[in-house]
Amino acid sequence: MSVAPERTIEEAASAHVRVTRSRRPVRWSIAVVVVAIVALAALPYVVYTGTTDTLVNFFILLTMASMWNLLAGYAGLVSVGQQAFIGLGAYIVLLLGLHSVNPFAAVPLAAVGCGILALPISLLVMRLRGGYFAIATWVVADTCEQLVARSQTLGGGTGAGVAGFQGVDPTLLSANTYWVALAVTVVALASVYLVLRSRLGLVLTAVRDNEIGARSLGTRVTRAKRIVYLVAGAGCGAAGALLAVSQRFVQPGSVFSVQWSAEMIFVTVIGGIGTIEGPIVGAAVFFILQQTLSQYGAWYLIILGVVAIAVAIWTPRGLWGLVSRRVHVRLFPVGYWLWPRSGRNDARTTAPERSGDPASGEVPG
Amino acid sequence: MTWVNAVVQGILLGGLFALFACGLSLLFGTMRVINLAHGDLAVVAAFLAVEIVPTTHLPAILSFLIVLPIFLGLGYVGQRTLIQTALDRGAFTVLLVTFGLSVVIENVLLELYSANSHSIDIGSLVSKSIHVNAQISIAYLSLGIFVVAVIVLLGLQYFLSRSTMGRQIRAVADDQDAAQLVGIDYRHVFGVAAAIAFATVALAGLAFGMYSSFAPSSGQGPLIYAFEAVVIGGLGSLWGTLVGGIILGVAQAVGGQIDPSLQILAGNLVFLAVIALRPEGIFKGRVAA
Repeated sequence: MSVAPERTIEEAASAHVRVTRSRRPVRWSIAVVVVAIVALAALPYVVYTGTTDTLVNFFILLTMASMWNLLAGYAGLVSVGQQAFIGLGAYIVLLLGLHSVNPFAAVPLAAVGCGILALPISLLVMRLRGGYFAIATWVVADTCEQLVARSQTLGGGTGAGVAGFQGVDPTLLSANTYWVALAVTVVALASVYLVLRSRLGLVLTAVRDNEIGARSLGTRVTRAKRIVYLVAGAGCGAAGALLAVSQRFVQPGSVFSVQWSAEMIFVTVIGGIGTIEGPIVGAAVFFILQQTLSQYGAWYLIILGVVAIAVAIWTPRGLWGLVSRRVHVRLFPVGYWLWPRSGRNDARTTAPERSGDPASGEVPG
Repeated sequence: MTWVNAVVQGILLGGLFALFACGLSLLFGTMRVINLAHGDLAVVAAFLAVEIVPTTHLPAILSFLIVLPIFLGLGYVGQRTLIQTALDRGAFTVLLVTFGLSVVIENVLLELYSANSHSIDIGSLVSKSIHVNAQISIAYLSLGIFVVAVIVLLGLQYFLSRSTMGRQIRAVADDQDAAQLVGIDYRHVFGVAAAIAFATVALAGLAFGMYSSFAPSSGQGPLIYAFEAVVIGGLGSLWGTLVGGIILGVAQAVGGQIDPSLQILAGNLVFLAVIALRPEGIFKGRVAA
């Protein structure tokens, strides 16, 4: 191994097959995504602030769910304590606001701050595995809440308003919040996509398929998982910062609530865990249900919980899995397709459905 | 002397935590199931008692006579249907399903009982206590819960090591395939283990409901305390769990003595210190449960 120069998969396979990222040219995916982003960015000029304010909540949900999907769907780290980073992100915005930092400028700082805080937390919780890891993350979130609520400068247990919004035109403020939320979501999804297309993504796929096998080949499994944990911490920190910016008030019991975990888990599981598209589909379904059932109190969570349980048991690949099994669409191609160099140019006969394509494999066990 | 009192109260509180931890430990020990709905099931037991006591005119302290059989059945049926189905899919699915259950249970309780606090009315027993001296007094209730916890742990220990079903549970926990080869129906064994685990959860929930007030959202605390007790004591050791519960209880009581708002934080910090310094727990055991 040490003598041979590093070769990419494309080079290694080029003698016998042609390797592409997807069945169709990638530029169509890119075109769809770019058009969607431009259309969404233009919305504040077209619709009322009520609609964009609602969409901000959708973006927060989507960002959180994408991060949880990266954690659980790709790194096998089932966390029920990501609300720790939601809360910390929100409180970093609050804290920076007290030192007269613009709340919008504080959003990326909160993401970076949470990414840094995730390192010591990962050193603690990643000592435990599986279900014990899950509850340990919950304990960490609880501890963060208790610690933050003790600080009187941050408003103690009752919380405090975020400074820096005074004297700004409400319509402009609403539009700015929307654009920042859109930007955070795009960056979050792009980061997940890039992580999965990188070498790290290959390591994660190998770990998901067979962790012991991956370890025995010298893959640095723990390092890969830790990087994912840090990215997810930063992403959830950004989501929490958005929450603080959009609600303009931060209260420990609400930002550190386990309900955030419930929402991100249900969204990911229903949409389809282990695919980038899954959380997008799930967030849309979740959001529509939440909006339609909003006058019936907690019923939307009960219904979504039951649906998530059913999906986890009977269709573990979620709604997107049901769709993509019939029509072969990949908005975000992260796997490889192999095309034979000779004979019929039909990938279906040769393309390995499972082994080559992380997006179509099983949920990690 | 107030500190001695805090330690004494903490030790007694540890009994409640150990009682919570039994069920979590038993389910993990036998079928590698981490039940994230553990705490919410305990709260369900407490709410059941709130319903039962006024309708049956049973003394609250005897409400376990009705709640316990319900939970035994619930545990067996729940395991044979939902948990086993999830288990066949893998540990990952079990986590998702039990977490989903936890959220569903909490919100159903919220719809039924609103967010208000409730408590199980145990009459004058709540204030009766043994006065050791001016500073130290031991409430009958705390002492009773501690004694129940020790009896449950002793009973479990005896059951697992001596009875036929206990041996079968340990056999299935050690090697499911080999146990099947000698004719053990592992699904039935899992069902029985889950029934016992649920029964201990019910007892813990009733004790919790008598000890303090509770609301639909109170399930998080018991789950976390149970888990902390198990990890501090060392995975897979029943007596370690009792010691873990006592350490956690003392940490919480001493923390609460310094400042009431420090109580839960002190427990969490002791737990985090344990996983930082000694992640295998203070007592590392080999017993299946």
